[in-house]
Amino acid sequence: MGFVKGLKCRECGREYSVDPIYVCEFCFGPLEVAYDYDGIKGVLTREKILSRPQNLWRYKELLPIDGEPTSGLNSGFTPLVRADKLGAHLGMKRLYIKDDTVTHPTLSFKDRVVAVALTKAREFGFNTVACASTGNLAHSVSAHGAAGGFKRFIFIPATLEKSKIIASLVYGPNLIAVDGNYDDVNRLCSEVANKYKWAFVNINIRPFYAEGSKTHGYEIVEQLGWRSPDAVVVPCASGSLLTKIWKSFKEMKEVGLINDVNTKVFAAQATGCSPIVAAIKAGVDVIKPVKPNTIAKSLAIGNPADGYYATQVIKETGGYGADVSDKEIIEAIKLLARTEGIFGETAGGVTLASAIRLIESGHIDREALTVLCITGNGLKTKEAIVGHTGEPYHINPNLKSFEEALEKINSK
Amino acid sequence: MPVTVKIPVPLQRLTQGKEEVEGEPGTIISLIKSLDQKYPGLAERISEGGKLRRFVNIYVNEEDVRFKKNEETEVSDGDEVSIVPAIAGGI
Repeated sequence: MGFVKGLKCRECGREYSVDPIYVCEFCFGPLEVAYDYDGIKGVLTREKILSRPQNLWRYKELLPIDGEPTSGLNSGFTPLVRADKLGAHLGMKRLYIKDDTVTHPTLSFKDRVVAVALTKAREFGFNTVACASTGNLAHSVSAHGAAGGFKRFIFIPATLEKSKIIASLVYGPNLIAVDGNYDDVNRLCSEVANKYKWAFVNINIRPFYAEGSKTHGYEIVEQLGWRSPDAVVVPCASGSLLTKIWKSFKEMKEVGLINDVNTKVFAAQATGCSPIVAAIKAGVDVIKPVKPNTIAKSLAIGNPADGYYATQVIKETGGYGADVSDKEIIEAIKLLARTEGIFGETAGGVTLASAIRLIESGHIDREALTVLCITGNGLKTKEAIVGHTGEPYHINPNLKSFEEALEKINSK
Repeated sequence: MPVTVKIPVPLQRLTQGKEEVEGEPGTIISLIKSLDQKYPGLAERISEGGKLRRFVNIYVNEEDVRFKKNEETEVSDGDEVSIVPAIAGGI
């Protein structure tokens, strides 16, 4: 089985065979998987998808593997939550949350890309997997790699929150903490990847890995009853997820699973690291790198590899972008938790806060069926909201003390 | 002591497999042009019309040249220049 035709340079169109390579030898453009969509059409039907287990592999014909999946067999198919309370708060009639805070097993959408990357790494015959990560990817490679019996090398910025470091170490990988920011780690890793023949999921496996993000989009379409949303708000670090969600909608049309796609795609970034949104607002497609300074560390990529393509998607779909302050991010995390009972990580705060801006500015129509992509769990970034929540009521272990507290609560 | 230039794998075929080559001080773009005489084809891969290609990152002593003067960034004797393809990560 398998419907992959090969790899193709997004810049100059040169074609390559399926190998663990990621850049065009000629122009350095990124390589992307090319599929035989005519072959997939008719083979992958709604009925077939519906008959399969509820995980991301139910769309396997549209994923870049040759055999059967071997990783992430329980990943994906997260809830699409109809967010009526949040919608009422924002004056939106049809608002949904695509809730990847509960992705199996490490509570972020990275479990999607890693499921595909590790399945592909095994097909290529690698026994060591590696990644450069701001946290979520480290957790996911550590966990999926453990389950798959891979040796693991995980490179992170040393400044990462303690809780994120522990949440990788528990799976027993080789964790390398680098003195530097994510862009420094990335640059180091590309040199390491040159030298050691490992499967670096976001370097030499990137063309395959990145395809896993599409499943977030396929699921939105399926869960909306086989239609694409009018608007989708996507957090951006490298810009990869945004471009892949757009690709997923177009592919579903291409293979005949849906008839139309009229989605506007919106980019969300933190003001402290917003090179993509800055380019969107300026109406240019040259991304000027920045030095990140934001609490949204999972989005703190100052030099976004897919930034250019993200700006093209915004242009193509008539979308826009917004960037938000750390204060707005914290308020949005709390708002999502209080209205919908969903605790998103800082990137989730970025997405909701940006959506609020885009709704208020009229870029997102209040009538539009809108999906917010919440990509990771708030338990991973608790530090960000310490001191910004309420306090517990401390009491003595007797009824009188409780009732004194209750009086205070009721008088609020 | 000349300028040291680190060559990424996709370009090592042009440098006879060498991971590191030596270059002349000057601007980044002049360095690329002079390397192209020794390793024909190199300039075309990383630049176009005197500008760096979109997906090429160049670092001088670990600092991205886009934080400096892009292709007009000066390099001196003893500096280390890395040519790194853009790579993805994060969201």
